[in-house]
Amino acid sequence: MVMARIILDDVTVEFPLYHTGNRSLKKSLLSSWTGGRIARDASDRVCVKALDRVSLSFEHGDRVALVGINGAGKTSLLRVLAGIYYPVGGRIQVEGQIAPLFEIGLGMDGEATGYENIILRGLLYGLTPKQCRERIEEIADFTELGEYLNMPVRTYSEGMKIRLAFAVATSIHPEILLMDEWIGTSDARFLEKARRRMEAFVQRSSILVLASHSMEIVTKWCNKAVLMHQGAVRKAGPIDEVMHSYNELIHST
Amino acid sequence: MTDALSASPVPVQVADAAQAGSLSVAVSDLTEGVRRWYVWHRMGWQDIRLRYRRSMLGPFWLSISMGIMMIALGVLYSSLFKINIHDYMPFLAAGLVVWGLISTTLIEGCSVFIDSEGLIRNVSLPLSTYVYRILWRNLVVFAHNLVVYFGTALWFGIWPGMTGLLSVIGLLLFIINATWAVLLMGILSARFRDIPPVISSLIQVLFFFTPVIWKPELAADRASLIHFNPFAHMVEVMRAPLLGNLPGVENWLTVVIMAVVGWYVTLRLYMRLRHRISYWV
Repeated sequence: MVMARIILDDVTVEFPLYHTGNRSLKKSLLSSWTGGRIARDASDRVCVKALDRVSLSFEHGDRVALVGINGAGKTSLLRVLAGIYYPVGGRIQVEGQIAPLFEIGLGMDGEATGYENIILRGLLYGLTPKQCRERIEEIADFTELGEYLNMPVRTYSEGMKIRLAFAVATSIHPEILLMDEWIGTSDARFLEKARRRMEAFVQRSSILVLASHSMEIVTKWCNKAVLMHQGAVRKAGPIDEVMHSYNELIHST
Repeated sequence: MTDALSASPVPVQVADAAQAGSLSVAVSDLTEGVRRWYVWHRMGWQDIRLRYRRSMLGPFWLSISMGIMMIALGVLYSSLFKINIHDYMPFLAAGLVVWGLISTTLIEGCSVFIDSEGLIRNVSLPLSTYVYRILWRNLVVFAHNLVVYFGTALWFGIWPGMTGLLSVIGLLLFIINATWAVLLMGILSARFRDIPPVISSLIQVLFFFTPVIWKPELAADRASLIHFNPFAHMVEVMRAPLLGNLPGVENWLTVVIMAVVGWYVTLRLYMRLRHRISYWV
Protein backbone atom coordinates (compact mmCIF):
# COMPACT_ATOMS: atom_id res chain seq x y z
CA MET A 1 0.00 0.00 0.00
CA VAL A 2 1.19 3.46 -0.83
CA MET A 3 2.03 5.51 2.20
CA ALA A 4 1.64 9.21 1.90
CA ARG A 5 3.61 11.55 4.06
CA ILE A 6 4.14 15.28 4.45
CA ILE A 7 6.97 16.82 6.40
CA LEU A 8 7.38 20.55 6.86
CA ASP A 9 10.52 21.73 8.52
CA ASP A 10 10.76 25.38 9.53
CA VAL A 11 8.88 26.50 6.45
CA THR A 12 8.65 30.24 5.99
CA VAL A 13 6.72 32.01 3.25
CA GLU A 14 6.93 35.71 2.65
CA PHE A 15 5.11 37.84 0.14
CA PRO A 16 6.99 40.74 -1.28
CA LEU A 17 4.71 43.76 -1.33
CA TYR A 18 5.43 45.82 -4.37
CA HIS A 19 3.52 48.98 -3.81
CA THR A 20 2.87 50.44 -7.24
CA GLY A 21 6.00 52.52 -7.15
CA ASN A 22 8.35 49.70 -6.40
CA ARG A 23 6.87 47.43 -8.99
CA SER A 24 7.37 49.81 -11.88
CA LEU A 25 10.39 49.65 -14.07
CA LYS A 26 10.98 53.36 -13.72
CA LYS A 27 11.62 53.16 -10.05
CA SER A 28 13.93 50.19 -10.43
CA LEU A 29 15.93 51.85 -13.14
CA LEU A 30 16.08 55.13 -11.29
CA SER A 31 17.16 53.47 -8.11
CA SER A 32 19.95 51.62 -9.88
CA TRP A 33 21.12 54.90 -11.38
CA THR A 34 21.01 56.88 -8.21
CA GLY A 35 22.86 54.16 -6.33
CA GLY A 36 23.97 54.36 -2.75
CA ARG A 37 21.55 54.93 0.01
CA ILE A 38 18.45 55.59 -2.05
CA ALA A 39 18.92 52.34 -3.95
CA ARG A 40 19.02 50.47 -0.73
CA ASP A 41 15.88 52.20 0.41
CA ALA A 42 14.11 51.33 -2.81
CA SER A 43 15.05 47.67 -2.68
CA ASP A 44 14.21 47.41 0.99
CA ARG A 45 11.01 45.54 0.24
CA VAL A 46 8.14 45.32 2.60
CA CYS A 47 7.30 41.67 3.14
CA VAL A 48 4.28 40.03 4.60
CA LYS A 49 5.10 36.88 6.45
CA ALA A 50 2.39 34.42 5.47
CA LEU A 51 4.00 31.43 7.17
CA ASP A 52 6.42 31.77 10.00
CA ARG A 53 8.69 28.77 10.64
CA VAL A 54 5.99 26.15 10.35
CA SER A 55 7.03 22.63 11.28
CA LEU A 56 4.42 19.91 10.91
CA SER A 57 4.19 16.34 9.79
CA PHE A 58 1.22 14.40 8.51
CA GLU A 59 1.02 10.65 8.10
CA HIS A 60 -1.11 8.16 6.27
CA GLY A 61 -4.75 8.31 7.42
CA ASP A 62 -4.57 11.82 8.81
CA ARG A 63 -7.60 13.95 8.13
CA VAL A 64 -6.38 17.36 9.08
CA ALA A 65 -8.47 20.48 9.53
CA LEU A 66 -6.70 23.79 9.18
CA VAL A 67 -8.46 26.31 11.35
CA GLY A 68 -7.79 29.89 12.27
CA ILE A 69 -9.19 33.34 11.68
CA ASN A 70 -8.94 35.03 8.29
CA GLY A 71 -5.37 35.73 7.29
CA ALA A 72 -3.95 33.17 9.67
CA GLY A 73 -2.06 31.47 6.83
CA LYS A 74 -4.35 28.54 6.03
CA THR A 75 -4.45 29.10 2.29
CA SER A 76 -0.73 29.84 2.10
CA LEU A 77 -0.02 26.60 3.89
CA LEU A 78 -2.21 24.68 1.44
CA ARG A 79 -0.40 26.30 -1.49
CA VAL A 80 2.98 25.41 -0.08
CA LEU A 81 1.80 21.82 0.33
CA ALA A 82 0.60 21.81 -3.27
CA GLY A 83 4.00 22.90 -4.50
CA ILE A 84 2.69 26.22 -5.75
CA TYR A 85 4.58 28.47 -3.37
CA TYR A 86 8.22 27.67 -2.97
CA PRO A 87 9.30 28.27 0.62
CA VAL A 88 11.54 31.24 1.29
CA GLY A 89 13.01 29.43 4.25
CA GLY A 90 12.97 25.84 5.45
CA ARG A 91 12.21 22.61 3.69
CA ILE A 92 9.14 20.64 2.74
CA GLN A 93 8.94 17.05 1.62
CA VAL A 94 5.76 15.57 0.18
CA GLU A 95 5.46 11.88 -0.66
CA GLY A 96 2.47 10.99 -2.75
CA GLN A 97 0.39 12.27 -5.60
CA ILE A 98 -1.28 15.55 -4.68
CA ALA A 99 -4.63 16.94 -5.79
CA PRO A 100 -5.24 20.54 -4.87
CA LEU A 101 -8.90 21.60 -4.84
CA PHE A 102 -8.76 25.29 -4.24
CA GLU A 103 -11.13 26.93 -6.64
CA ILE A 104 -14.31 25.57 -8.13
CA GLY A 105 -14.25 27.42 -11.42
CA LEU A 106 -10.59 26.76 -12.00
CA GLY A 107 -9.76 26.15 -15.63
CA MET A 108 -13.40 25.52 -16.40
CA ASP A 109 -14.47 26.49 -19.86
CA GLY A 110 -18.03 27.74 -19.59
CA GLU A 111 -18.71 27.11 -23.26
CA ALA A 112 -17.45 23.53 -23.23
CA THR A 113 -19.64 20.66 -22.10
CA GLY A 114 -19.41 18.90 -18.76
CA TYR A 115 -17.62 15.96 -20.37
CA GLU A 116 -15.04 18.21 -22.00
CA ASN A 117 -14.46 19.93 -18.70
CA ILE A 118 -13.95 16.64 -16.92
CA ILE A 119 -11.10 15.88 -19.29
CA LEU A 120 -9.65 19.38 -19.03
CA ARG A 121 -9.63 19.32 -15.26
CA GLY A 122 -8.16 15.85 -15.23
CA LEU A 123 -5.28 17.14 -17.34
CA LEU A 124 -4.77 20.08 -15.00
CA TYR A 125 -4.51 17.66 -12.10
CA GLY A 126 -1.80 15.73 -13.88
CA LEU A 127 -3.71 12.86 -15.51
CA THR A 128 -2.88 11.75 -19.02
CA PRO A 129 -5.65 11.93 -21.66
CA LYS A 130 -5.90 8.14 -21.51
CA GLN A 131 -6.43 8.12 -17.76
CA CYS A 132 -9.08 10.82 -18.17
CA ARG A 133 -11.01 8.75 -20.67
CA GLU A 134 -10.78 5.65 -18.49
CA ARG A 135 -12.35 7.47 -15.58
CA ILE A 136 -14.90 9.56 -17.35
CA GLU A 137 -17.81 7.16 -16.80
CA GLU A 138 -17.12 6.78 -13.12
CA ILE A 139 -16.84 10.55 -12.74
CA ALA A 140 -20.05 11.14 -14.70
CA ASP A 141 -21.91 8.68 -12.48
CA PHE A 142 -20.75 10.32 -9.31
CA THR A 143 -21.80 13.80 -10.37
CA GLU A 144 -25.38 12.59 -11.04
CA LEU A 145 -25.59 15.34 -13.62
CA GLY A 146 -26.87 12.99 -16.31
CA GLU A 147 -27.83 14.79 -19.50
CA TYR A 148 -26.42 18.06 -18.18
CA LEU A 149 -22.95 16.71 -18.90
CA ASN A 150 -23.64 17.26 -22.59
CA MET A 151 -24.52 20.91 -21.98
CA PRO A 152 -22.14 23.85 -21.67
CA VAL A 153 -20.93 24.37 -18.14
CA ARG A 154 -22.07 28.00 -18.16
CA THR A 155 -25.61 26.67 -17.72
CA TYR A 156 -24.64 24.94 -14.47
CA SER A 157 -25.44 26.21 -11.01
CA GLU A 158 -22.63 26.75 -8.55
CA GLY A 159 -23.53 23.52 -6.78
CA MET A 160 -23.39 21.54 -10.00
CA LYS A 161 -19.93 22.89 -10.73
CA ILE A 162 -18.80 21.80 -7.28
CA ARG A 163 -20.04 18.28 -7.97
CA LEU A 164 -18.09 18.17 -11.17
CA ALA A 165 -14.94 19.53 -9.55
CA PHE A 166 -15.19 17.24 -6.56
CA ALA A 167 -15.85 14.17 -8.68
CA VAL A 168 -12.82 14.80 -10.86
CA ALA A 169 -10.52 15.59 -7.96
CA THR A 170 -11.38 12.47 -6.00
CA SER A 171 -11.32 10.27 -9.06
CA ILE A 172 -7.66 10.90 -9.75
CA HIS A 173 -6.96 8.76 -6.69
CA PRO A 174 -4.39 11.09 -5.23
CA GLU A 175 -2.64 10.08 -2.07
CA ILE A 176 -3.03 13.59 -0.77
CA LEU A 177 -6.08 15.79 -1.18
CA LEU A 178 -5.89 19.47 -0.32
CA MET A 179 -9.12 21.40 -0.02
CA ASP A 180 -10.05 24.97 0.66
CA GLU A 181 -13.35 26.09 2.15
CA TRP A 182 -15.79 25.83 -0.74
CA ILE A 183 -17.08 22.32 -0.20
CA GLY A 184 -19.56 23.69 2.34
CA THR A 185 -21.66 25.37 -0.32
CA SER A 186 -23.19 22.28 -1.85
CA ASP A 187 -26.52 20.83 -0.78
CA ALA A 188 -26.85 18.49 2.17
CA ARG A 189 -27.55 15.36 0.15
CA PHE A 190 -24.48 15.78 -1.99
CA LEU A 191 -22.44 16.71 1.03
CA GLU A 192 -23.36 13.39 2.61
CA LYS A 193 -22.38 11.55 -0.55
CA ALA A 194 -19.17 13.52 -0.76
CA ARG A 195 -18.38 12.66 2.82
CA ARG A 196 -18.84 8.96 2.13
CA ARG A 197 -16.62 9.18 -0.92
CA MET A 198 -14.11 11.14 1.06
CA GLU A 199 -14.08 8.54 3.81
CA ALA A 200 -13.52 5.74 1.33
CA PHE A 201 -10.88 7.85 -0.25
CA VAL A 202 -9.06 8.57 2.98
CA GLN A 203 -9.15 4.90 3.90
CA ARG A 204 -7.44 4.07 0.62
CA SER A 205 -4.27 5.34 2.26
CA SER A 206 -4.25 9.06 2.01
CA ILE A 207 -4.02 12.37 3.70
CA LEU A 208 -6.69 15.02 3.63
CA VAL A 209 -5.87 18.60 4.51
CA LEU A 210 -8.93 20.83 4.67
CA ALA A 211 -9.13 24.52 5.45
CA SER A 212 -12.54 25.47 6.68
CA HIS A 213 -14.52 27.75 8.94
CA SER A 214 -17.41 25.35 9.17
CA MET A 215 -17.36 23.69 12.55
CA GLU A 216 -19.72 21.01 11.31
CA ILE A 217 -17.61 19.92 8.36
CA VAL A 218 -14.42 20.05 10.33
CA THR A 219 -15.66 17.89 13.18
CA LYS A 220 -17.38 15.42 10.87
CA TRP A 221 -14.49 14.91 8.48
CA CYS A 222 -11.33 15.38 10.40
CA ASN A 223 -9.51 13.61 13.20
CA LYS A 224 -6.70 16.09 13.59
CA ALA A 225 -6.46 19.83 13.45
CA VAL A 226 -3.90 22.57 13.16
CA LEU A 227 -4.68 25.97 14.59
CA MET A 228 -2.92 28.71 12.69
CA HIS A 229 -2.47 32.21 14.02
CA GLN A 230 -0.57 34.99 12.31
CA GLY A 231 1.26 32.58 10.07
CA ALA A 232 2.47 30.32 12.85
CA VAL A 233 1.17 27.07 14.25
CA ARG A 234 -0.46 27.80 17.58
CA LYS A 235 -1.59 24.29 18.30
CA ALA A 236 -1.62 20.97 16.48
CA GLY A 237 -3.05 17.66 17.56
CA PRO A 238 -6.32 15.75 18.03
CA ILE A 239 -9.30 17.64 16.76
CA ASP A 240 -11.12 18.14 20.09
CA GLU A 241 -8.19 19.75 21.84
CA VAL A 242 -7.37 22.05 18.96
CA MET A 243 -10.97 23.10 18.44
CA HIS A 244 -11.15 23.93 22.11
CA SER A 245 -8.17 26.26 21.77
CA TYR A 246 -9.67 27.69 18.61
CA ASN A 247 -12.88 28.57 20.43
CA GLU A 248 -10.89 30.18 23.20
CA LEU A 249 -8.95 32.19 20.64
CA ILE A 250 -12.10 33.40 18.93
CA HIS A 251 -13.77 34.42 22.14
CA SER A 252 -10.72 36.09 23.58
CA THR A 253 -10.34 38.46 20.64
CA MET B 1 -5.14 -1.35 -5.83
CA THR B 2 -4.80 -1.72 -9.57
CA ASP B 3 -4.82 1.95 -10.29
CA ALA B 4 -2.20 3.05 -12.80
CA LEU B 5 -1.23 6.08 -10.78
CA SER B 6 -0.85 4.26 -7.50
CA ALA B 7 1.06 1.44 -9.11
CA SER B 8 3.81 3.83 -10.09
CA PRO B 9 6.35 4.65 -7.38
CA VAL B 10 5.26 7.34 -4.95
CA PRO B 11 6.21 10.73 -6.31
CA VAL B 12 8.34 12.61 -3.82
CA GLN B 13 8.51 16.37 -4.03
CA VAL B 14 11.04 18.30 -2.07
CA ALA B 15 11.14 22.07 -1.89
CA ASP B 16 14.13 23.28 0.03
CA ALA B 17 14.73 27.01 0.33
CA ALA B 18 18.45 26.36 0.53
CA GLN B 19 18.47 24.66 -2.85
CA ALA B 20 16.25 27.07 -4.75
CA GLY B 21 17.41 28.11 -8.18
CA SER B 22 19.38 25.22 -9.63
CA LEU B 23 19.75 24.83 -13.38
CA SER B 24 18.42 21.27 -13.38
CA VAL B 25 15.14 22.38 -11.83
CA ALA B 26 14.68 25.05 -14.49
CA VAL B 27 15.51 22.64 -17.31
CA SER B 28 13.24 19.91 -15.97
CA ASP B 29 10.41 22.44 -15.79
CA LEU B 30 10.91 23.06 -19.51
CA THR B 31 11.16 19.38 -20.48
CA GLU B 32 8.32 18.30 -18.20
CA GLY B 33 6.16 20.87 -19.98
CA VAL B 34 7.04 19.35 -23.34
CA ARG B 35 6.36 15.85 -22.07
CA ARG B 36 2.87 16.88 -21.02
CA TRP B 37 2.14 18.38 -24.41
CA TYR B 38 -1.51 17.37 -24.20
CA VAL B 39 -2.18 20.00 -21.55
CA TRP B 40 -1.09 23.06 -23.53
CA HIS B 41 -2.29 21.52 -26.76
CA ARG B 42 -5.80 21.41 -25.37
CA MET B 43 -5.61 24.78 -23.65
CA GLY B 44 -4.33 26.45 -26.82
CA TRP B 45 -7.18 25.09 -28.90
CA GLN B 46 -9.62 26.08 -26.22
CA ASP B 47 -8.31 29.66 -26.39
CA ILE B 48 -8.95 29.81 -30.11
CA ARG B 49 -12.37 28.20 -29.94
CA LEU B 50 -13.33 30.57 -27.15
CA ARG B 51 -12.42 33.58 -29.26
CA TYR B 52 -14.66 32.51 -32.11
CA ARG B 53 -17.37 30.74 -30.16
CA ARG B 54 -20.76 30.72 -31.84
CA SER B 55 -19.43 32.42 -34.95
CA MET B 56 -20.15 30.53 -38.12
CA LEU B 57 -16.73 30.70 -39.72
CA GLY B 58 -14.85 30.27 -36.47
CA PRO B 59 -11.09 30.66 -36.68
CA PHE B 60 -11.35 31.35 -40.41
CA TRP B 61 -12.23 34.88 -39.40
CA LEU B 62 -8.51 35.14 -38.77
CA SER B 63 -7.79 34.33 -42.39
CA ILE B 64 -10.51 36.67 -43.60
CA SER B 65 -9.34 39.69 -41.62
CA MET B 66 -5.77 39.01 -42.68
CA GLY B 67 -6.95 38.79 -46.29
CA ILE B 68 -8.82 42.08 -46.11
CA MET B 69 -5.85 43.85 -44.54
CA MET B 70 -3.57 42.42 -47.21
CA ILE B 71 -5.70 43.43 -50.17
CA ALA B 72 -6.23 46.95 -48.82
CA LEU B 73 -2.54 47.51 -48.08
CA GLY B 74 -1.48 45.79 -51.28
CA VAL B 75 -3.57 47.97 -53.54
CA LEU B 76 -2.71 51.15 -51.67
CA TYR B 77 1.04 50.70 -51.37
CA SER B 78 1.66 49.20 -54.78
CA SER B 79 0.26 52.40 -56.24
CA LEU B 80 2.02 54.65 -53.69
CA PHE B 81 5.39 52.98 -54.14
CA LYS B 82 4.64 52.51 -57.85
CA ILE B 83 5.60 48.86 -57.82
CA ASN B 84 4.15 46.05 -59.84
CA ILE B 85 1.28 44.53 -57.91
CA HIS B 86 2.20 41.02 -59.16
CA ASP B 87 5.49 41.40 -57.45
CA TYR B 88 4.33 43.25 -54.39
CA MET B 89 1.21 41.33 -53.35
CA PRO B 90 2.86 37.94 -52.59
CA PHE B 91 5.72 39.74 -50.82
CA LEU B 92 3.26 41.66 -48.67
CA ALA B 93 1.13 38.59 -47.96
CA ALA B 94 4.09 36.49 -46.80
CA GLY B 95 5.45 39.40 -44.78
CA LEU B 96 2.19 40.18 -43.02
CA VAL B 97 1.55 36.55 -42.12
CA VAL B 98 5.05 36.12 -40.71
CA TRP B 99 4.98 39.46 -38.93
CA GLY B 100 1.62 38.61 -37.41
CA LEU B 101 3.11 35.46 -35.91
CA ILE B 102 6.14 37.25 -34.49
CA SER B 103 4.34 40.28 -33.10
CA THR B 104 1.35 38.59 -31.47
CA THR B 105 3.52 35.90 -29.95
CA LEU B 106 5.67 38.54 -28.32
CA ILE B 107 2.80 40.75 -27.20
CA GLU B 108 0.84 37.84 -25.77
CA GLY B 109 4.06 36.45 -24.35
CA CYS B 110 4.40 39.42 -22.04
CA SER B 111 1.24 38.49 -20.20
CA VAL B 112 1.88 34.75 -20.25
CA PHE B 113 2.18 34.43 -16.47
CA ILE B 114 0.02 37.41 -15.54
CA ASP B 115 -2.94 35.99 -17.47
CA SER B 116 -2.46 32.48 -16.11
CA GLU B 117 -2.58 33.76 -12.54
CA GLY B 118 -5.64 31.69 -11.68
CA LEU B 119 -4.04 28.45 -12.80
CA ILE B 120 -0.59 29.22 -11.44
CA ARG B 121 -1.97 29.85 -7.97
CA ASN B 122 -4.19 26.79 -7.94
CA VAL B 123 -2.48 23.88 -9.68
CA SER B 124 1.16 22.99 -9.88
CA LEU B 125 1.79 22.50 -13.57
CA PRO B 126 5.26 23.16 -14.95
CA LEU B 127 5.33 26.91 -15.62
CA SER B 128 6.62 26.23 -19.13
CA THR B 129 3.16 24.82 -19.91
CA TYR B 130 1.81 28.36 -20.13
CA VAL B 131 4.64 29.41 -22.43
CA TYR B 132 4.00 26.52 -24.79
CA ARG B 133 0.30 27.30 -24.72
CA ILE B 134 0.96 30.80 -26.11
CA LEU B 135 3.29 29.43 -28.78
CA TRP B 136 0.89 26.71 -29.82
CA ARG B 137 -2.06 29.08 -29.99
CA ASN B 138 -0.11 31.45 -32.21
CA LEU B 139 1.11 28.68 -34.46
CA VAL B 140 -2.48 27.58 -35.01
CA VAL B 141 -3.42 31.15 -35.91
CA PHE B 142 -0.38 31.27 -38.20
CA ALA B 143 -1.55 28.14 -39.99
CA HIS B 144 -4.91 29.78 -40.65
CA ASN B 145 -3.24 32.93 -41.94
CA LEU B 146 -0.94 30.91 -44.15
CA VAL B 147 -4.01 30.03 -46.20
CA VAL B 148 -4.14 33.68 -47.22
CA TYR B 149 -0.56 33.56 -48.38
CA PHE B 150 -1.08 30.42 -50.44
CA GLY B 151 -4.23 31.91 -51.93
CA THR B 152 -2.27 34.96 -53.02
CA ALA B 153 0.59 32.87 -54.36
CA LEU B 154 -1.82 30.81 -56.44
CA TRP B 155 -3.59 33.91 -57.74
CA PHE B 156 -0.33 35.48 -58.90
CA GLY B 157 1.04 32.17 -60.09
CA ILE B 158 3.99 31.92 -57.70
CA TRP B 159 5.31 28.55 -56.67
CA PRO B 160 8.18 28.48 -54.16
CA GLY B 161 9.24 24.97 -55.23
CA MET B 162 11.70 23.01 -53.14
CA THR B 163 13.11 26.20 -51.62
CA GLY B 164 9.77 26.57 -49.89
CA LEU B 165 10.70 23.65 -47.66
CA LEU B 166 13.37 25.84 -46.10
CA SER B 167 10.62 27.82 -44.46
CA VAL B 168 10.15 24.82 -42.15
CA ILE B 169 13.66 25.42 -40.86
CA GLY B 170 12.84 29.10 -40.58
CA LEU B 171 9.76 28.24 -38.57
CA LEU B 172 11.78 25.95 -36.30
CA LEU B 173 14.27 28.73 -35.66
CA PHE B 174 11.38 31.01 -34.87
CA ILE B 175 9.97 28.52 -32.35
CA ILE B 176 13.35 28.15 -30.66
CA ASN B 177 13.72 31.91 -30.41
CA ALA B 178 10.13 32.60 -29.49
CA THR B 179 10.27 30.14 -26.59
CA TRP B 180 12.99 32.03 -24.79
CA ALA B 181 11.53 35.38 -25.76
CA VAL B 182 8.09 34.54 -24.34
CA LEU B 183 9.63 33.07 -21.20
CA LEU B 184 11.86 36.11 -20.70
CA MET B 185 9.11 38.62 -21.39
CA GLY B 186 6.76 36.66 -19.14
CA ILE B 187 9.17 36.70 -16.20
CA LEU B 188 10.02 40.37 -16.58
CA SER B 189 6.40 41.39 -17.08
CA ALA B 190 5.22 39.46 -14.04
CA ARG B 191 7.67 41.45 -11.96
CA PHE B 192 7.50 44.81 -13.75
CA ARG B 193 4.02 45.57 -14.94
CA ASP B 194 5.19 48.37 -17.23
CA ILE B 195 6.87 45.96 -19.60
CA PRO B 196 3.80 44.78 -21.57
CA PRO B 197 2.77 48.27 -22.76
CA VAL B 198 6.41 49.12 -23.52
CA ILE B 199 6.77 46.01 -25.66
CA SER B 200 3.52 46.47 -27.52
CA SER B 201 4.33 50.05 -28.49
CA LEU B 202 7.85 49.01 -29.43
CA ILE B 203 6.45 46.34 -31.71
CA GLN B 204 4.10 48.79 -33.37
CA VAL B 205 7.08 50.98 -34.22
CA LEU B 206 9.15 48.01 -35.37
CA PHE B 207 6.41 47.08 -37.81
CA PHE B 208 7.30 50.19 -39.80
CA PHE B 209 11.05 49.84 -39.36
CA THR B 210 11.11 46.23 -40.50
CA PRO B 211 10.77 45.48 -44.21
CA VAL B 212 7.26 44.06 -44.13
CA ILE B 213 5.21 46.55 -46.13
CA TRP B 214 8.26 47.97 -47.90
CA LYS B 215 10.85 46.02 -49.80
CA PRO B 216 14.40 45.88 -48.45
CA GLU B 217 15.68 47.31 -51.77
CA LEU B 218 13.96 50.58 -50.88
CA ALA B 219 16.35 51.06 -47.99
CA ALA B 220 19.49 50.29 -49.96
CA ASP B 221 21.12 53.51 -48.76
CA ARG B 222 20.01 52.93 -45.18
CA ALA B 223 21.21 49.35 -44.88
CA SER B 224 21.89 49.61 -41.15
CA LEU B 225 18.13 49.82 -40.69
CA ILE B 226 18.00 46.18 -41.69
CA HIS B 227 21.39 44.92 -40.51
CA PHE B 228 20.86 45.84 -36.90
CA ASN B 229 17.22 44.89 -36.71
CA PRO B 230 16.92 41.30 -35.48
CA PHE B 231 13.27 41.28 -36.53
CA ALA B 232 14.28 41.90 -40.14
CA HIS B 233 16.42 38.76 -40.08
CA MET B 234 13.74 36.70 -38.36
CA VAL B 235 11.17 37.79 -40.93
CA GLU B 236 13.51 37.12 -43.83
CA VAL B 237 14.39 33.60 -42.66
CA MET B 238 10.71 32.66 -42.80
CA ARG B 239 9.52 34.83 -45.66
CA ALA B 240 12.22 34.32 -48.30
CA PRO B 241 11.62 30.56 -48.69
CA LEU B 242 7.88 31.16 -48.97
CA LEU B 243 8.60 33.38 -51.98
CA GLY B 244 11.01 30.86 -53.43
CA ASN B 245 14.16 32.78 -52.46
CA LEU B 246 17.07 31.76 -50.28
CA PRO B 247 17.63 33.73 -47.08
CA GLY B 248 21.13 35.20 -46.81
CA VAL B 249 23.90 33.79 -44.63
CA GLU B 250 23.68 36.92 -42.51
CA ASN B 251 20.01 36.18 -41.84
CA TRP B 252 20.63 32.61 -40.71
CA LEU B 253 23.60 33.58 -38.59
CA THR B 254 21.82 36.40 -36.78
CA VAL B 255 18.88 34.22 -35.95
CA VAL B 256 21.05 31.37 -34.67
CA ILE B 257 23.18 33.71 -32.57
CA MET B 258 20.02 35.26 -31.22
CA ALA B 259 18.82 31.82 -30.13
CA VAL B 260 22.07 30.97 -28.34
CA VAL B 261 22.44 34.28 -26.54
CA GLY B 262 18.73 34.48 -25.76
CA TRP B 263 18.56 31.01 -24.27
CA TYR B 264 21.69 31.60 -22.20
CA VAL B 265 20.34 34.78 -20.64
CA THR B 266 16.82 33.42 -20.20
CA LEU B 267 17.93 30.18 -18.57
CA ARG B 268 20.10 32.02 -16.07
CA LEU B 269 17.19 34.25 -15.19
CA TYR B 270 14.65 31.44 -15.10
CA MET B 271 16.89 29.43 -12.83
CA ARG B 272 16.96 32.24 -10.30
CA LEU B 273 13.40 33.46 -10.57
CA ARG B 274 11.20 30.50 -11.51
CA HIS B 275 9.98 29.85 -7.97
CA ARG B 276 9.25 33.53 -7.43
CA ILE B 277 6.76 33.76 -10.27
CA SER B 278 3.83 32.34 -8.31
CA TYR B 279 4.40 35.08 -5.73
CA TRP B 280 4.43 37.82 -8.33
CA VAL B 281 1.34 37.04 -10.35
